[in-house]
Amino acid sequence: MSGAPDDAPVLTAHRAGLIGCRACGRVWPQTETTCARCNSDLVPPDRRCLNAVWAWLTAGFIFYLPANLFPMLKTSTLGGLAGNTESTILGGVVELLHYGNYGVAAIIFLASIMVPVGKFIAIAWLARVAGRPATVRQAHRRLHLYEVVEFIGRWSMIDVFVVAILSALVQLGFVASIHPGPAAVSFALSVAFTMLSAQSFDPRLIWRGLPLRSRKD
Amino acid sequence: MQTEGSYDLATGAGLIACPRCDALHLERELQPGETARCIRCGGVLASPRAGAFTRIIALSFTSLVLMLGAVFFPFLEISRMGFGNQTSLFGVAMAFSHGALIPLTVALLATIVGLPMLRAILLVYTLSPLSRGRRPFAHAVPAFRLSEKLRPWSMAEIFVIGTAVALVKVGGLATISFGPAFWAFCALILVNAASNAFTSSATIWDAIEDAGMATDGREIITDLRR
Repeated sequence: MSGAPDDAPVLTAHRAGLIGCRACGRVWPQTETTCARCNSDLVPPDRRCLNAVWAWLTAGFIFYLPANLFPMLKTSTLGGLAGNTESTILGGVVELLHYGNYGVAAIIFLASIMVPVGKFIAIAWLARVAGRPATVRQAHRRLHLYEVVEFIGRWSMIDVFVVAILSALVQLGFVASIHPGPAAVSFALSVAFTMLSAQSFDPRLIWRGLPLRSRKD
Repeated sequence: MQTEGSYDLATGAGLIACPRCDALHLERELQPGETARCIRCGGVLASPRAGAFTRIIALSFTSLVLMLGAVFFPFLEISRMGFGNQTSLFGVAMAFSHGALIPLTVALLATIVGLPMLRAILLVYTLSPLSRGRRPFAHAVPAFRLSEKLRPWSMAEIFVIGTAVALVKVGGLATISFGPAFWAFCALILVNAASNAFTSSATIWDAIEDAGMATDGREIITDLRR
């Protein structure tokens, strides 16, 4: 029915005894294991995908710790006479604030600290509540959160690119030079692992916990 | 009402499931310019655009040319106290070529240069026969699937924002001038954004399935909620 109310029960492929392809949307009988149109594996919307989500998320978290503890940038000015500094992610933000670059400090803080931490919390929460009963409104909110996490995850790579550009560009010999620190690698890995974690999550699980019929019926 | 088209609930023929929430829809042919949204979660299921395949091919070629320029021309130049340095995109990736950071060089080259170029080539390969109404080339299915898989990993636009941040960071320290590669890269971002706006993967999958023939009237979707 067009214009159906938001909480009207919806026939899903799973309830109809079918299986939908996550890559191209084509629908097949539940006995099929690969989509004949796009060659992707057909995966039923069940909690099995959560194993991969938790595994990638743990890996991402493990690499996020050294990313914050080790230096991201090593700067030396005037041949080390004016000082060699090693700055971590948070140290770099503080330094930028010190020089009055509030806008850039905000971008780095957002991309390197707020977004990764928010992502860990959001994915962990989504994976915990996945498949549990929910109202339609809660399901919409969860899907929205998932879409935000999926969209925003790649943008954390900004900090790695900044480090790469700075250390390629600022090679002025005696005057100033910048070298990347070990945190750059672990930060990049952490971002990649959390991206994989978000991709392993099956958003169809969010809708599995909805009551089959709305309460009014 | 879901009346158009014929479907089979036993085999799934003529049906489409939303990849985000699994809601079932009937396939229906969409006019260019129409957008089909999922009746439950509101996600876009398909949005064919007139002449989209030809435009995506043109935009992919444009991005290949721009990427070649971006790789070989100087990217940024810096100078202070008579000391100067200029770097290309390769130079940026090579910033990590010491010791334990080498894998990051490979990852950077891939995400900034390799994957965007590979995706452009794969899209041209998939779409060039389809845009002329011919059968797709052999292996068009894995080619397009790979292109869709790589979509989140091609990070050219993030790199440009990173460049902007780096420039502000270094701005007080030295004088910066932009090379042609920088402008090529900025143009590349716009071209890629336009190409993404024309890409509707459900429509392309369907064109591959129909082998470029005029569609058979059970394309996608029932309920066009506006």
